[in-house]
Amino acid sequence: MTPAEIRGQVLDILENIAPDEDLDSLQDDVSFREQLEMDSMDFLDIVMELRKRHRIQIPEEDYGQLASMASTVEYLTPLMKDI
Amino acid sequence: MPKDFLKDVRDRYDVIVIGSGLGGMTAANVLGRAGYSVLLLEQHYKLGGLATWFKRPGGHIFDISLHGFPVGMVKSCRRYWNREIADRIVQLKNIRFDNPMFSLTTTYDREDFTRLLVQQFGIDPATVRAFFDTARGMNFYDDQQMTVGQLFQRFFPGRDDVIRLLMEPIVYANGSTLEDPAITYGIVFSNFMSKGVYIFEGGTDRLVQLMHDQLRGNGVDVRIRCDVEKILAAGGRVRGVVVNGRTIHASAVVSNANLRSTIFRMVGEQNFDPDFVNQARAVRLNTSSTQVYMALKPGEHVDESTGDLLFSSTARQFRTDLLLSRDITSRTFSFYYPRMRPHARPRYAIVSSTNARYEDWADMPDEEYEASKRDLIETTLDALEQYVPNCRDRIAHVEAATPRTFQHYTQHLAGASFGTKFEGLAVSRALPEQIGGLYHAGSVGIIMSGWLGAINYGVIVANDIDSLLLSQSSGAAPRAVEVS
Ligand SMILES: Cc1cc2nc3c(=O)[nH]c(=O)nc-3n(C[C@H](O)[C@H](O)[C@H](O)COP(=O)(O)OP(=O)(O)OC[C@H]3O[C@@H](n4cnc5c(N)ncnc54)[C@H](O)[C@@H]3O)c2cc1C
Repeated sequence: MTPAEIRGQVLDILENIAPDEDLDSLQDDVSFREQLEMDSMDFLDIVMELRKRHRIQIPEEDYGQLASMASTVEYLTPLMKDI
Repeated sequence: MPKDFLKDVRDRYDVIVIGSGLGGMTAANVLGRAGYSVLLLEQHYKLGGLATWFKRPGGHIFDISLHGFPVGMVKSCRRYWNREIADRIVQLKNIRFDNPMFSLTTTYDREDFTRLLVQQFGIDPATVRAFFDTARGMNFYDDQQMTVGQLFQRFFPGRDDVIRLLMEPIVYANGSTLEDPAITYGIVFSNFMSKGVYIFEGGTDRLVQLMHDQLRGNGVDVRIRCDVEKILAAGGRVRGVVVNGRTIHASAVVSNANLRSTIFRMVGEQNFDPDFVNQARAVRLNTSSTQVYMALKPGEHVDESTGDLLFSSTARQFRTDLLLSRDITSRTFSFYYPRMRPHARPRYAIVSSTNARYEDWADMPDEEYEASKRDLIETTLDALEQYVPNCRDRIAHVEAATPRTFQHYTQHLAGASFGTKFEGLAVSRALPEQIGGLYHAGSVGIIMSGWLGAINYGVIVANDIDSLLLSQSSGAAPRAVEVS
């Protein structure tokens, strides 16, 4: 997947997790927490969804990489390049 | 011949979950939904663990632990259970405090607490804001040296009344004290006291029924009256369990039983590092409870203005040790109106809860025990009288539960109502590093306790197991090995 496709995948997961949020105006460089009402369970859900959909394993110590859209896509790009 | 509660059970599952508390059921549900074969074993004849209820003749139903939980339950129930469950969660709007320092009613959210603190307690709005922001901003990575008491002294020095308002409900909710790390308060506070108190309409029985239905729908093999005697471990990995005399194998085992009974009774300390054993031994159990259950005669009613939850106390001062004393001065009354169970006969129930020490009740001779229970009932009725006049004449049924009752039904060591203290969380999380594939999910560390904490912890552990099983099936080394 290209970074743009990965972004689309993450957005799709976020739409499920935060159905009431307006994601069109999401700023990629600003942390999710600052823009959306997200708690640690929401981040865990992102991890679980990525594993379910793409069999990607994200170890707990890397959860911090999922802080913003930009950092998430950057982190996932090498992991998802062959999908 | 006695009934075989393990009839047709298989010899092997992907996952075995020991205990059907909210944490165990949620882990089982999430894993069942993900397609794993899951066996859920419960020693009692009912599912739910401490999330339980009992019935008495005349249509009376008593809820044990449904006094209130944070709004986060809506989201967790929607995601990890289903919409039907989530949609029945409703807010309790009348939370009352009545003690020698103040009497007030609140909706129990940040806005209303701010109003009260400024208007009734005369605190500077900026201080209130700073306190809420600090409590909200706390997280795990913070300094854990500061205690809850120090946190309060920083913002409200000398204001015992303010401390009482902000602390008493949390003490009831999870047994914490002013000596606990401030972070436990911060996290519970921002979950719980900033957005109101919620409850499940339909009652605990309905909730557990809906959960049971969904477990079955997700293919989870659910068994009651199955007391797990032993967790089998060999070569640093979990192999399965022994239950009702039978061995059943699994790639992963989740224990929803008390953390210490899991380690010391079911696994056995010889299977762990001595360091870990010492750490586990040092984990303090949380306190227990007493409760008095009262049902009004059909036709009698209590006005809704009496409140949904009432923190009542005759103690002049606020001290957490007073809240544990057998000489009870503080009680939380939960009032259940007919709207609580719209599908059932219209009934009013009142449950009075206090925190209590197991030691105070454990070794009493039977006669003294019965007398103490009667005394607990009588003093509770005395205290209720000012809120429900003539209550003795209007009550159809009354009975009491003590720490011994809680111990008996849940097998929690010392009848602990809220699992373990703070240090329990680290030990619980470290279990799979000791024995691959063995996890614990259940009330630990104050943060992961209560209905919401237990459910969320079940999800966290289900995620760990999903990750483990996936890496095993794809031939990759399990993560625990990769990391070390
Ligand atoms: C009096 C009281 C009032 C409370 N009020 C509230 C409240 O208002 N709001 C709130 O959020 N929380 C409340 N709580 C706390 C809340 O009920 C608990 O934190 C939560 O239900 C615990 O869930 P758990 O998953 O840790 O498991 P538990 O409920 O502890 O369940 C563990 C299960 O494991 C089973 N088990 C143990 N050993 C074995 C074995 N060897 N084999 C098979 N099964 C076994 C037990 O039978 C039990 O079913 C209250 C608790 C008490 C006691």
